[in-house]
Amino acid sequence: MPNVTYAGQAVSVGDDGFFTDPSQWTEEMAPEIARAEGIGQLTELHWQVIKFMRHEYQEKGTGPTIRILGKTSGVSIKELYQLFPKGPAKTAAKVAGIPKPRGCI
Amino acid sequence: MDGSIEKVSIIVSKGSLEGIYPALIMANGARAEGIEANLFFTFFGLDAVSKKRHEHIKVASVGNPGLHLATLIGALPGVPGLMTHYLEHKMDQLDIPPIPEFLEMIADTGAGIYGCKASCDLFGLAEDDLIDQVKGIITVGEFYELAAGGQIIFT
Repeated sequence: MPNVTYAGQAVSVGDDGFFTDPSQWTEEMAPEIARAEGIGQLTELHWQVIKFMRHEYQEKGTGPTIRILGKTSGVSIKELYQLFPKGPAKTAAKVAGIPKPRGCI
Repeated sequence: MDGSIEKVSIIVSKGSLEGIYPALIMANGARAEGIEANLFFTFFGLDAVSKKRHEHIKVASVGNPGLHLATLIGALPGVPGLMTHYLEHKMDQLDIPPIPEFLEMIADTGAGIYGCKASCDLFGLAEDDLIDQVKGIITVGEFYELAAGGQIIFT
């Protein structure tokens, strides 16, 4: 399993770059992961989504779908795609240090 | 090109539930992966974006061997509605949205939704007859312009 270093800490990620152990994630790592995903600056809205991703993962054991994100994160689907243009559910999961969601919706 | 898909344009020509959903799931899924997506509704596929009909899309209960239902039973009054209701219930459990909500969602992801001009002429439909998410009624030529440089999927 490949190891990468974020914020000076070694963490294990899968082949797709998603965290395999979400407990290794810290908030300090998020800006660095985001930059690698093409997001220059994490705004308050980004953080709202990242925290929601962590919360959903802790509650349900999987990242939320875009439909759930749009309905319950407090950020609309339009805004989500502005914040994470390469796909909110996927990119936000990566930045939030949780495994890649595998749903089709 | 590194072999990844950058853009898909999906043509929806069928007006049945099973004809429409796969295209919507593929368009939404493309956007979820950061892939540009367009949906082009033609022929009976236009029902999916017709204000009058998009809430009443039914599964084909006749001529659909996949249902494993005797044709004569599939033709009984109420059966298409019953089969549709059953499938809709199953999809709801899987968090798959109803067609009108799904189209709204897909438009919000930034995907383009278009109606086919020839089909709109054929069925006497104008832009007012189509849901607000439809960006325009376009010709085949305009569709190809939109689709240029990407993959085209016909369903």
